[in-house]
Amino acid sequence: MTKRSRIPLNSALVVGGILTALLIVTALVSLVWTPEVPTRVRVVMRLKGPGEVGLLGTDHFGRDVASLLMVGAWNSLAIAWPAVLLGAAIGTAIGCAAAAWKGIADEIAMRVSDVVFAFPAVLSAIMIGALVGSGPLAAILAIAVFNVPVFARVTRGVALQVWTLDYIAAARAIGKHPLRITWEDVMPNIAGALIVQVTIQLALAILTEAGLSYLGLGVRPPNPSWGRMLSDAQTYLSQAPHLAIAPGIAIALSVLGLNLLGDGLRDALDPTLKGRGATA
Amino acid sequence: MTKRLLTAALLLSVSVIPAFAAKTSLVVGMPIEPPGLDPTVAAPVAIREVTLANLYEGLVRIDRTGKVQPLLAKSWEVSPDGLTYTFRLQEGVKFHDGTTFDSADVKFAFDRARDPKSTNAQKQIFAPIESIETPDPQTVVIKLKNPSGNFLTYLGWGDAVIVAPETAATNASNPVGTGPFKFKTWTRGDRVELTKNPDYWQKDKVKLENVTFRFISDAQAQVAALRAGDVDAFPNLGAPELFAEFQKDNRFKAVAGNTEGETVAGMNNTKKPFDDVRVRRALMHAIDRKTLIEGAYSGFGTPIGSFFSPNHPAYVDMTGAVPYDPAKAKALLKEAGYGDGLSITIKAPQMAYASRSAELIAAMLSEVGVELKIIPTEFPAKWIEEVFKNKDYDVTIVSHTEPLDIDIFARDNYYFNYKNDKFKQLIADAAKTTDEKARFAKYAEAQKILAEDVPALFLFQLPKLGVWNAKLQGLWENSPIPVNDVTEVSWTE
Repeated sequence: MTKRSRIPLNSALVVGGILTALLIVTALVSLVWTPEVPTRVRVVMRLKGPGEVGLLGTDHFGRDVASLLMVGAWNSLAIAWPAVLLGAAIGTAIGCAAAAWKGIADEIAMRVSDVVFAFPAVLSAIMIGALVGSGPLAAILAIAVFNVPVFARVTRGVALQVWTLDYIAAARAIGKHPLRITWEDVMPNIAGALIVQVTIQLALAILTEAGLSYLGLGVRPPNPSWGRMLSDAQTYLSQAPHLAIAPGIAIALSVLGLNLLGDGLRDALDPTLKGRGATA
Repeated sequence: MTKRLLTAALLLSVSVIPAFAAKTSLVVGMPIEPPGLDPTVAAPVAIREVTLANLYEGLVRIDRTGKVQPLLAKSWEVSPDGLTYTFRLQEGVKFHDGTTFDSADVKFAFDRARDPKSTNAQKQIFAPIESIETPDPQTVVIKLKNPSGNFLTYLGWGDAVIVAPETAATNASNPVGTGPFKFKTWTRGDRVELTKNPDYWQKDKVKLENVTFRFISDAQAQVAALRAGDVDAFPNLGAPELFAEFQKDNRFKAVAGNTEGETVAGMNNTKKPFDDVRVRRALMHAIDRKTLIEGAYSGFGTPIGSFFSPNHPAYVDMTGAVPYDPAKAKALLKEAGYGDGLSITIKAPQMAYASRSAELIAAMLSEVGVELKIIPTEFPAKWIEEVFKNKDYDVTIVSHTEPLDIDIFARDNYYFNYKNDKFKQLIADAAKTTDEKARFAKYAEAQKILAEDVPALFLFQLPKLGVWNAKLQGLWENSPIPVNDVTEVSWTE
């Protein structure tokens, strides 16, 4: 028998892990190296096909599509990560508080979550954009806002289960403060579920960022973004389809990778959560 | 069997109906929705493109070749000193609300436009007016303080249409004019619908019953709407790269015409560093107009070196005055104290020509060490507020489509914040010169001053890429004035 690794591997985990690693490595490499300067305009070489100029051809300004995609990967993560982490931090705090104190606090937290949850991310991005001006900050805030209720609900769900366990009852019996119980006893037990949720929300955040940039609400030109590459490409669809296909595939693979990774992690970390669906 | 016969009969009748009567409705697509429907109180071109010639009429009209033709004034005389204009008005003209058009309306409209409180966008039209007299209902006598060489042309602009005292105040939302079409409804964000004016004074000319203007900003959606037949004509298609497909498609007529639209990247001339002519010239030297036109507009468009339309007889090609020369740009920047780089912003409207040009200019400027940050700015509302009114900007980019509008650089308080007394004097003199040759010489001189002084980056003349159903006739191929005159448009079958 082979030795069991600490985290049991499954195919979703492996494929998801590889795709996600690819995304992160591409994004990191773009910081130090790209085949071309991504913002370099070469109008004489515009709309060249893959292989003709560069690996993936050139766009309507003659910029190198491969380089744009690489920097786009970084810009995508640079918005998705902080947004999800911010949403997760606030949402988890709310969820933990709701599980710890229950009653009115719980009721208020969950109903407010319902209200926030009712707004699509794009709509809240437009509202936030109107307040702080459209741009990367507005995109981060908008994506964070729609992540808060997701994490609040998930955290509350799993934390409530933990609160019914005997050792928590024991901790309460000896007079341990709910905050300390939450930090020392509840958090370690729900961390797995949260990691899974972060992964899945990252996928959604990347998709939302692409959507916002497509609408002109995300990363500002000339800074490359997958969403804007798509929106720029659409009028050239008949002349240069690769302009739409390349960022389309990049978005699809990233979202797929993160989703698979999330599913794989969920199965691997906590078999009891299997099949329950963590997307609230 | 009967069922089949019925179906056949039905099919037959359906296919036969259109042959009996030509279509009488027209849907015109426009990329930008007007903020109101009164061209005499605000600048946006979209207002004129819906209302001028269709809803409102002026004393004269500018025809499709740019010439002045009689309209509400059937004839006029100009005194030899060029100071007195006597207009004879058309008889039997009624406003859409049923009131009669006469000389009092002309006096009212012009007095309203030149009132100090008026927000008319082209007050220079009315500035030379000394007095307006109405000896009888069919005669208007306008006396000028000084001769005005362009006075008649100006009277054909949207800013000088005749409105009635009874309805002027509400024209922005419920327009009432003397034109061939009456206002029906305006569904904001979507369309303006007009219907035939049954009492129009030259109704024999009008073939259409209903005209709808639809507002579609997205270029892809414009093309889809044309293909689906939801829109019959797009006089200004938003995406030049899609134009070529229509040129190959014989269901459509695709016409590349010209406009009076000088596309310029205006600079805030009193703000640092744009108050330094070396910086302005450096930025101009950094721009390769040919490449810009190729990248931003698929090669459609004519490079310009000053602020004058190549269609005008007084045009002088000034593209060589401050040519593309990145080395010179760098040297000038260094001389001005920006050798270590310069960071500025451009407020770019969403129109394809503007946002693409902004991206290309940013790339070109980065080659000479200038970082140009792009701030997408929605046009017209946000742009008018921030750039045009509050002058809160470094650089911006927009096409100025009024004909013969070089005087905007002579206006106090215009958004460029440009002040050049010599230029101002020259423009004032040109306006007063009635001798054409002398006037054109002054315009040539004015073009030269602008080209050398670079108050704005002069880029290219905007083309008019029109696409419409091949069965339509009577649409304008060029835009000597911003207008979508559909008076004489009709379907061939």
